[in-house]
Amino acid sequence: MKKVLLLAVFALASAVTYAGGYRVSLQGNKSLAMGHTGVAVINSSESVFFNPAALVYLEDKFNISAGIHGVFSNIAYQDAETGANARTDSPVGTPLYLYASYQANDWLAFGLGVYTPYGSSVEYEDDWAGSHLVNNIDLQAIYIQPTVSFKINDKLSVGGGPIYVTGSVNFNRNLNRTLTDLEGNRANVTVDASGVSNWGWVASAMVNLTEDLHIGATYRSEIILDAEDGDADFENVPNSPLTPFADTTFNASLPLPAEMTVGMSYDFCENWTFAFDFNRTFWDVYESLDLDFANPEIPDSKNARNYKNSSIYRFGMQYEATKMFTLRAGYYFDESPVREGYFAPETPRNDSNNFTAGLTVNLGEHLQIDASFLYSHFKEVDASYNYYFENGVAVPFKGTYKTNAFVPGLGLTYKL
Amino acid sequence: MKNILKYTFAVLAVGFVSCEPEFDSPVTDDGFYTSGSADFSKYVSVGNSLTAGYADGALYITGQNNSYPNIMAQQFSFVGGGDFTQPLMNDNLGGLLLGGSQIAENRFVLAVGPNGNPGPVRLDGMPTTDVSNKLSGSFNNMGVPGAKSFHLVAPGYGNVAGVPTGAANPYFARFASSESATVIGDAAAQNATFFTLWIGNNDILSYATSGGAGVDQTGNLDPTSYGSNDITDPNVFAAVYSQQVDALTANGAKGVLVNIPEVTSIPYFTTVPTNAIPLDAATAAQLNAQFAAYNNQILPGLVGIGLISAEEAALRMINFSASLNNFPIMTDDDLTDITTVLQGPPFNLPAQLAALLGQLRQVNANDLIVLPASSVLGSTPDPNNPQGVIGVSIPLTDQYVLAASEQARVTAASTAYNATIQALAGAKNLAFVDAKAALSRVANGGIVYDGGLLTSQFVTGGAFSLDGVHPTPRGYAYTANLIIQAINDTYDATIPKVHIGNYGTVTVTNN
Repeated sequence: MKKVLLLAVFALASAVTYAGGYRVSLQGNKSLAMGHTGVAVINSSESVFFNPAALVYLEDKFNISAGIHGVFSNIAYQDAETGANARTDSPVGTPLYLYASYQANDWLAFGLGVYTPYGSSVEYEDDWAGSHLVNNIDLQAIYIQPTVSFKINDKLSVGGGPIYVTGSVNFNRNLNRTLTDLEGNRANVTVDASGVSNWGWVASAMVNLTEDLHIGATYRSEIILDAEDGDADFENVPNSPLTPFADTTFNASLPLPAEMTVGMSYDFCENWTFAFDFNRTFWDVYESLDLDFANPEIPDSKNARNYKNSSIYRFGMQYEATKMFTLRAGYYFDESPVREGYFAPETPRNDSNNFTAGLTVNLGEHLQIDASFLYSHFKEVDASYNYYFENGVAVPFKGTYKTNAFVPGLGLTYKL
Repeated sequence: MKNILKYTFAVLAVGFVSCEPEFDSPVTDDGFYTSGSADFSKYVSVGNSLTAGYADGALYITGQNNSYPNIMAQQFSFVGGGDFTQPLMNDNLGGLLLGGSQIAENRFVLAVGPNGNPGPVRLDGMPTTDVSNKLSGSFNNMGVPGAKSFHLVAPGYGNVAGVPTGAANPYFARFASSESATVIGDAAAQNATFFTLWIGNNDILSYATSGGAGVDQTGNLDPTSYGSNDITDPNVFAAVYSQQVDALTANGAKGVLVNIPEVTSIPYFTTVPTNAIPLDAATAAQLNAQFAAYNNQILPGLVGIGLISAEEAALRMINFSASLNNFPIMTDDDLTDITTVLQGPPFNLPAQLAALLGQLRQVNANDLIVLPASSVLGSTPDPNNPQGVIGVSIPLTDQYVLAASEQARVTAASTAYNATIQALAGAKNLAFVDAKAALSRVANGGIVYDGGLLTSQFVTGGAFSLDGVHPTPRGYAYTANLIIQAINDTYDATIPKVHIGNYGTVTVTNN
C-alpha cells in the first residue's frame, strides 16, 4: 500500500493540470461526472476531498478510489488591430487522484487523499505577441491530506484534517517587448522553484435532514507557497552594464486560496440522486505576482493580479440504471476571478459553462470502473492586461481570446 | 469491455487535440483583411539603404529583418502576400569584405565607456560577408545601400570588378543578376504585382553629411561626371525616376512612391549644438583681443576696397563671451578666400595667419554641425600644444558644418525631387507617402505610441539608429505603418499596421 501511494505521489509530481484561475476542479471521476458536486453526496472515498465528514457514512469498511484525467486545453489569441495571432501548444495534462478510507468502527473513519486542486500549464509559441508577459508556465501543487471523520449521531457528522502541500513552479517570459542579444535572440528569464511546501487544513460537516436529504459544508484553508531561493536564469542578455541581468535567485509567494463549499443532495425515485454544490473561492488573496530577485541590480518584477473572490454553481444528477451501470451528468457555471483589465495570458480565464457526463461500470461486488467527461466552454472575449509597464508607461496587452477544454477521465474504485 | 474503453479513450484523445478553439472571425481567414484594388502576391521593394534595412552604420541580418519592406511583407501576408526574400548578410557584425580585406566597417553598438557614459562604438569582430560571394536567385528586397537615383539605371552597378574603384556598389554586387545588370532591370524582371520605390535620399544626403564638401551639380545633366558627395541635378533625377516608375508599372503593377525627408529631421545634423563652447572671462577676453584686428580693421578694410560685401563682413565677425554657449570658429569655403590679399599690403600678415583667416567665420545658429564633429570639437589635436583647441583657436573644417547656404542647396534640390515624386504618383495613380512631413513630426514633438514617444533625439529618441541617419527597427516600423496607411487609403485596402513598440531601438553591448 505504501508503495502504491509513493508511486502515485511521484506520478502526480509530473502531472500537469488545467486551471480556472489556476484552480483545477478534477478531484474525482464520479463527482466530476456530476458537475464536480459532492459536498453532500455519500458515495465513495472521493469524499476525502469533497467532505471528509461523509466518510463515516460509507457502507463499506474499506474504500479506495484512484483515477486520472486527460486535460486537453487550448487557448487561441488574436489582435485584429495588428493581425497578431497565437495558439497555445500546451502539453496534455494528466492530473491524478487517490483516496482511501477505512471505517474503524460505527462512529469513526479514517481517510487519506492525494490530489492536485491547483495548477496550470500553458505553453505559447516562444516570442509570440504576449511573450513579454508569458512564454510558458507550469505550476503544480500536490495536496496530501490525512483525514478523520466522526459520527456524532445519525443526523450529524464532522471531519477534517491537516493538509501538506508541495508545489513547484516554472515560468518563462521575455524581459520586455524588444531586448535582444546581438544576434536578435529575445532576452528572457526562466524562474524555477520546486519542493516548495506548506501546511493547511480542511474541516467539514454533514447533516442528514432525512434519509434522502443531505446537507454538507467544507472549508479548505488558504495555503501560501513561499518559494525561497528559486533559480532565475536569464538568457540572451546583451553584454552591457546597462542590462545587468546575471543569473540569480528569487523569492516569490503564490497563494493557493481558501475554498468554502456548501451543498445538498437528494435521493428520489429509488435510483436517482440530485446534487447541488456552491463553491466560493477566496481569490482576493492573489493581489500580485512579485518576483524578488536576490541581485540588487535587477529590478524586482511586480505583476498586478488583483483577483476577486469567485463563485461556482454546480448541479449533478445520478441514475443507477442497472445493477451494472450508474449514469451521471452535470453542469456548472464557473465565475472567473479575473477583473477587467487584469486579463493576463498565463491564466486567460473568463466565465465558463461546463458540461459533464460519465458512468460507473460495476465489475462484480468490489470493483468499479468510473469514467467521466468534461467540456468547458468559454465565450470569445475581448480583454486586456493593463498593468505591464515600460519606463513607467503602461502598455496594455489586448486582444481576443478563445479558450476551450476537453477532459476525459478514467478511474477505479475498490470496495471491501 | 476494457479494450472498448481503451479504444474510446484513444480516439477521444486524438479528437481533442485537433479540437482547437475557433474565433467567430479569425484574422487568418481570407477576407478578414482586404487587399482592395491591389494585388500583393508578389511585392518588390526598390531603393537605397533605407529600403535595405541599413542601420547603425552597417547592413546586418537583424537590421534587414526589420527593414520596412520586410515588416510590410509580413502584414501583406494577411491579404494574399507571398514570400519575401532579402539578400541577407552573412552575420550581425555588418562589415563587408572584398577578397578577404575589409571594405566596410562593422555596425555601431551602444557601449558603456570607461567613464561610465554610454556612446556609440564600432562592434569588434571580423566580418564574414564577402562581396565576391555571389548570392543566387532574385530578391524581393532590391534596396541597395549607397545608391543614388541614377545608380538604379546604371549598367555595371553590380559588377564586382568595379567595386574597388567605386564604379560599382558592393551591396548590389552580391546579388546582381549579371555584371551588366541594373537594379531597376533586376527589379522589373521579377514581374511584381506591387512595388515600393524610395530613392533620391543619397542624391542630397552625401552632400549634406559631408558638410557640403561636394558640388551642387544642378545644371549638369551628366551624372557620370558627378563626384560621390555632389547634389544630383533635379532634371537628371526627374528623368531617371520617371524611367524607374515606368519600368515598375509596365506590367500594370500598383505601388507606392515615397518622398525625401529634410536633413534637419535627422539627428546626424541636430545632435551637436552650434554653440556649446564653454569659455571663462579671461579666455574670452584674450580671444577677443586676438581677433580685434580682424574684426575692426581687416574686415572693414576689405569692405572698403570692395573685396567683400558688408554682409560677408558681418558674417565673418568673431566674438566670444564668458559663457557656456560660444559658437566655434570654422572655415567656410563659401566665403571669399582672402588669404592672398592678407599677405600683401596694407595687411602684410604672415602666411600662416593669413591662411587661418582666409575663409574664417564663426559658426552661427543657421548652421548645422554634423554628428562626427562631437568627437572633434574642443579637442587638442597636438598634444604638445594645449592652446590648439579645435573650434576655439583652430577652425572647425568645412566638412563638419552644413552652412545655411549649403542647406539651401539641399532644400532646393530635395524640393524639386519631391515635386517630381508627387507629380508622378498622381499621374500614375500610385500611392504617395509624404515621408518628409512624417519625419518632421517625429523631429518636432514626436509621435505617441503604446509605450512612449518616438522622437529624433539621438540614442534615446527611439527613431534613429546610432549612425544618426538611418532609422532603428522602431523607426522602420513607423515607416512601414505610414506606407500601409497610404496603401489602405489609395487602394481601399485594410492591411493591419504593427505596434511600433514591439520593435527595438539601439542595441546595447560592450565589446
